[in-house]
Amino acid sequence: MRTFLALCCFAVAGAAFADDPTFEIAIRDHRFVPNEITVPAGQKVKLIVKNEDATPEEFESKRLNREKVIPGRSQATIYIGPLKPGEYPFVGEFNESTATGKIVVK
Amino acid sequence: MFATAVIVFRETLEAALIVSIVLAATRGVAGRRVWIGGAVVAGVAGAMVIAGLTGVIAGALQGIGQELFNAAILIAAVVMLAWHHLWMAVHGRELATRLRRLSDSVREGGATLAALSVAVTLAVLREGAETVLFIQGVATSEPLHNVLSGLALGVTGGAALGALLYLGLVHVPVRHFFRVTGWMIVALAAGLAAQAARFLEQANVLPPIVPQLWDTSPILSEGSLPGQLLHVLVGYRPAPSGLQFICYVATIATLIIASRWRSTMTGRPRQAQAT
Repeated sequence: MRTFLALCCFAVAGAAFADDPTFEIAIRDHRFVPNEITVPAGQKVKLIVKNEDATPEEFESKRLNREKVIPGRSQATIYIGPLKPGEYPFVGEFNESTATGKIVVK
Repeated sequence: MFATAVIVFRETLEAALIVSIVLAATRGVAGRRVWIGGAVVAGVAGAMVIAGLTGVIAGALQGIGQELFNAAILIAAVVMLAWHHLWMAVHGRELATRLRRLSDSVREGGATLAALSVAVTLAVLREGAETVLFIQGVATSEPLHNVLSGLALGVTGGAALGALLYLGLVHVPVRHFFRVTGWMIVALAAGLAAQAARFLEQANVLPPIVPQLWDTSPILSEGSLPGQLLHVLVGYRPAPSGLQFICYVATIATLIIASRWRSTMTGRPRQAQAT
């Protein structure tokens, strides 16, 4: 535990400011726009999700191992990868019937 | 209404199972009901405050405030569970003896009750804040009575599963009881540590080391009920990263070694200890 905490502090201090490729997705009327994006394989990717709705949404992907609550009218940054080629579906957990999408890694 | 209930159920489940495990693990400690009941109430109150502050937290620290906040909460909960586990390494035998004789409860358990209450408050607070946000969102588009009945149904469902787990646990024979709850606390702590690691990865604070060690989502999805139960109880994740795996294993190893070491130091026999 102590080692883990020390590791955390160390990593925060040196948090990456590298230029990771950035992709944007919007949430509009409980849907992702676009609902499919293609990102490069083997590289860390910065995902910016802009929630244009007034209500909060939870971006969630089990395969990407990510979840993040995005309050209404705000944006969130989520780092993913580096990933292997394939398809990684994601949903908006609070509106799962309409808010679905996938990330295609090539 | 049912869509609302399902999501509330998911959010409630984790907190409910943690409360059950903690209640079982403190069997025989005086005052546990007041402490843990109070912790749940404090957690619900905290959840409302945190839900109100979500925008502020999410926007803080260049957009990674939410991840750091969640990671901090999870790490604090892990520390509290660890504290309890090490306390049990020394007091487990005494608790088991008293439980067997159905004699008085142990009075010197205040410190461990406090630690576990903090863990419960944090669990309720974290899951509760998400529930409050979700409910606020649904309430803007759905009639209020639908939202409220969904909320009630979801919370009841989560609490019912928690109660089932507790009833199952208290039927474990006394001589194995604290060993079983001890293992559950260790598995819980390891799962929470792995979740903390995931948030730090998501925020780009720690590297995943290996982004995906394996992917068992086609076999057991975490969205399914068994997958979800396993997620809470033993930290199951269908596609863990190297970092999450390391944090998981390291937490288990640390707790086992530290607990053995403490019980040896105090020179008590090991038979009734938690691990």
